[in-house]
Amino acid sequence: MAHSDTTAEPTRRDFLLLTAGAFGAVGVASVAWPFIDQMNPDASTRALASIEVDISALQSGQSITVLWRGKPVVVRNRTDKEIEEGKAVKLEELKDPIARNANVDPSADATDANRSAKDKENILVMVKVCTHLGCIPLDESGEFGGWFCPCHGSQYDTAGRIRKGPAPENLPVPVYAFTSDTKIRIG
Amino acid sequence: MSGHSTYEPKSGIEKWLEKRLPIVRLLHDAGVSYPTPRNLNPLWTFGGILAMMLVIQIVSGIVLAMHYASNSALAFDSVEGIMRDVNWGWLIRYIHANGASMFFIAVYIHILRGLYYGSYKEPRELLWVLGVIIYLLMMAAGFMGYVLPWGQMSFWGATVITNFFTAIPVIGQPIQTLLIGGFAVDNATLNRFFSLHYLVPFIIAGVVVLHIWALHVVGQNNPLGIDVKSEKDTVPFTPYATSKDGLFMVLFLVFYAWFVFYQPNYLGHPDNYTPANPLVTPAHIVPEWYYLPFYAILRAITFNIGPIDSKLGGVLAMFGSIAVTAFLPWLDTSKVRSGRFRPLFRIAFWLFVAAVLFLGYLGSQPADGNAVLYAQVCTAYYFAFFLIILPVLGFIEKPKALPNSIIEDVLAKSKH
Amino acid sequence: MKNSMIRWASTAVIGLGLAVGSVAAATAQEAGAAPEFPLKKPVHQSWSFGGIFGQYDQAQLQRGYKVYKEVCSACHSMRLLKFRNLADEGGPHFSEEQVKALAAEYTIQDGPDDNGEMFDRPRLPKDPFPSPFANDKAARAANGGALPPDMSLLAKARAVHSGFPWFLVDMIIPYQEQGPDYIVALMNGYQDAPADVKVPDGLNYNPYFLSNFAIGMPKPLSDGQVEYTDGTPQTVEQYSKDVSAFLMWAAEPHLNERKQLGLKVMLFLITFAGVLALLKRKIWLNTPH
Repeated sequence: MAHSDTTAEPTRRDFLLLTAGAFGAVGVASVAWPFIDQMNPDASTRALASIEVDISALQSGQSITVLWRGKPVVVRNRTDKEIEEGKAVKLEELKDPIARNANVDPSADATDANRSAKDKENILVMVKVCTHLGCIPLDESGEFGGWFCPCHGSQYDTAGRIRKGPAPENLPVPVYAFTSDTKIRIG
Repeated sequence: MSGHSTYEPKSGIEKWLEKRLPIVRLLHDAGVSYPTPRNLNPLWTFGGILAMMLVIQIVSGIVLAMHYASNSALAFDSVEGIMRDVNWGWLIRYIHANGASMFFIAVYIHILRGLYYGSYKEPRELLWVLGVIIYLLMMAAGFMGYVLPWGQMSFWGATVITNFFTAIPVIGQPIQTLLIGGFAVDNATLNRFFSLHYLVPFIIAGVVVLHIWALHVVGQNNPLGIDVKSEKDTVPFTPYATSKDGLFMVLFLVFYAWFVFYQPNYLGHPDNYTPANPLVTPAHIVPEWYYLPFYAILRAITFNIGPIDSKLGGVLAMFGSIAVTAFLPWLDTSKVRSGRFRPLFRIAFWLFVAAVLFLGYLGSQPADGNAVLYAQVCTAYYFAFFLIILPVLGFIEKPKALPNSIIEDVLAKSKH
Repeated sequence: MKNSMIRWASTAVIGLGLAVGSVAAATAQEAGAAPEFPLKKPVHQSWSFGGIFGQYDQAQLQRGYKVYKEVCSACHSMRLLKFRNLADEGGPHFSEEQVKALAAEYTIQDGPDDNGEMFDRPRLPKDPFPSPFANDKAARAANGGALPPDMSLLAKARAVHSGFPWFLVDMIIPYQEQGPDYIVALMNGYQDAPADVKVPDGLNYNPYFLSNFAIGMPKPLSDGQVEYTDGTPQTVEQYSKDVSAFLMWAAEPHLNERKQLGLKVMLFLITFAGVLALLKRKIWLNTPH
């Protein structure tokens, strides 16, 4: 009946339709967020985010690997030879010239000093996960005396920098700090 | 679906699709040009509301399954992990738990609407039977979902319900053992319930498609219960029905949100916040509110009927009370659909509603004293309504005069 | 249209009236049935977290934790609570440092270390509250056969039913503090048994107890037992309210967030419904229906 009348006032009806549409869109978008955010790490996972490692028993030339956030973190007490080798490398020779160290400036160069612990150049702390596709490199192996990833042949040097193979970046250094001379808190 | 399609493909992509997969035509015919009776009242919006609830339950359920552990040692704590630690977990779980109740509230309104306006009568018999199947599947999904938090009510609810099968002579016990995968409800039971709880909603979705298909073939009933006679009786689905559906969906969400945010545990049972303990039965075992009328029917059969003992009798009565609804289209002998023109049916209908509500209340109370007697009276009425009153009424009732057409009735009223 | 609305609304009212009437008749009948526990129903307390706008009182939760720690925790575990929860916003909101100190008061077994030995270390914020007993059997043995329930969810696991028709009123108020009300009533409900009631050995008469007339737990709180530093009265009544509030938070840690979000959602949906109502009216304006 009298359908033509419904178009007599197009502006008001169009306005209402738009408003309703906007409400619907905002509503759906706001509901979507909790359903997406629930996939992020939950409170118990976040609470486990930092660990302490005791390195009092770590002799020169030894490494220990601990689990941090579900990933292996290696702490290596490097030998003098390894430190020398790390320092001898020129920046131009590096595949990835960025330090990848969460404790220094994000754009810092990948010098040996920027990779190792502050004031303790013998200590190297890294997430031991190959930056190629996530395998775990082997300690003290490869052409550069550092780490070698058996999956796809990436080679890291004694400062954990990528030198050869498909991996694009140096092994990342996580946030850490010495809580005492022999204890490191990671995370 | 029904009648000829008014859809004209316009854009290039529509024309391309039209030759290969005419899905735009399907959506247009079902959701835009589909003719709906112009006199539908808000009770007709509950179909849309139910579709919305199914989507909400499936989405929130899939998300909960990402954090839930279906192992009897971990289930309770994993649910508490969702409530405490998962981002927004409390919100999503309350949406899902209360969503089940909202789903049932909506489905009961939907069913009673169909019952009152005779929506099950020729040619909508199959539509109704598909609805009964959906309802049965919903009950299965709701029951198995309630077991998953593995609280006291979960455990004892599962124990009591699976014990229904032991009422069957000879093969009952082996069937029950098979169903629960052990000699008592345990880890095996929980695991299979989780698997099936995840599956059933998708079966529901499938039957819903058939339900809607059948609806679009026969068209909607309406409050007058008379057939659509001409195009004047109808309006296109969009924008008329969509604007109404949208409004009542949002109003329903207001009601739903009230429970999620202000009464999240009102419809649950406090005992389910105590972990399952096979050594202690709670003082009163009560199912979820939506099963209470049937639970009362189960407990109402306290006497042996010939060779059938009271245990089997109760189980048969309970399942029978749902099964009988599937035969409703053939039990109601009246030619008139809508209760509006059936004075006697109307009384019988509201007594039926009162009996079911009262059964629900009795189901929540301890079964002692007069409660059993009341439940027996109501149960008797429940079955009499379907098996005696509806068949007989068709012959003795004198219906009021039906209007000639929907449009005539609508215009006559709009003059006042 | 109007007429039909009125008609089906009135039929609905009659139907409901019938149902309510019959239910009410049944409840009246039931008054004479077997004794129902609890013998006395809890009084509704006034809670900061009640109602639509309710929020936890941070100071009260901190006091409640003190009562739990110094009194309840001797027998009752709270296995779902972690020390880090005490720092939660919308909870007791202790500072990170306070939480570390509170956690470090207890030790937990960790390990194995590099030698394969288990060792004890101080608890960290990520660790759960310690349990007073190694397992349920030890707890029963130490408590004359009665098991002190875990308190993590106690405030949601205990409720005294209001009965018909009050449960409908509860839904609308909205009343959802049955748990804390019950705990307060129980704490203050210890009294001498009436002369005609014989209390079994090892039980204590308490008409508010949910499942019997007497309870295994002796009266746990007494005036002045826990020291408050903020001038709050050191009475059993105050202790019981504080610890109940704390238990409510423990059972429902996201209540503040829930009620805040709820308000926004409700306002949004109601406005949305208003817009849709206008739109629907506009669309149907010249279409008789």
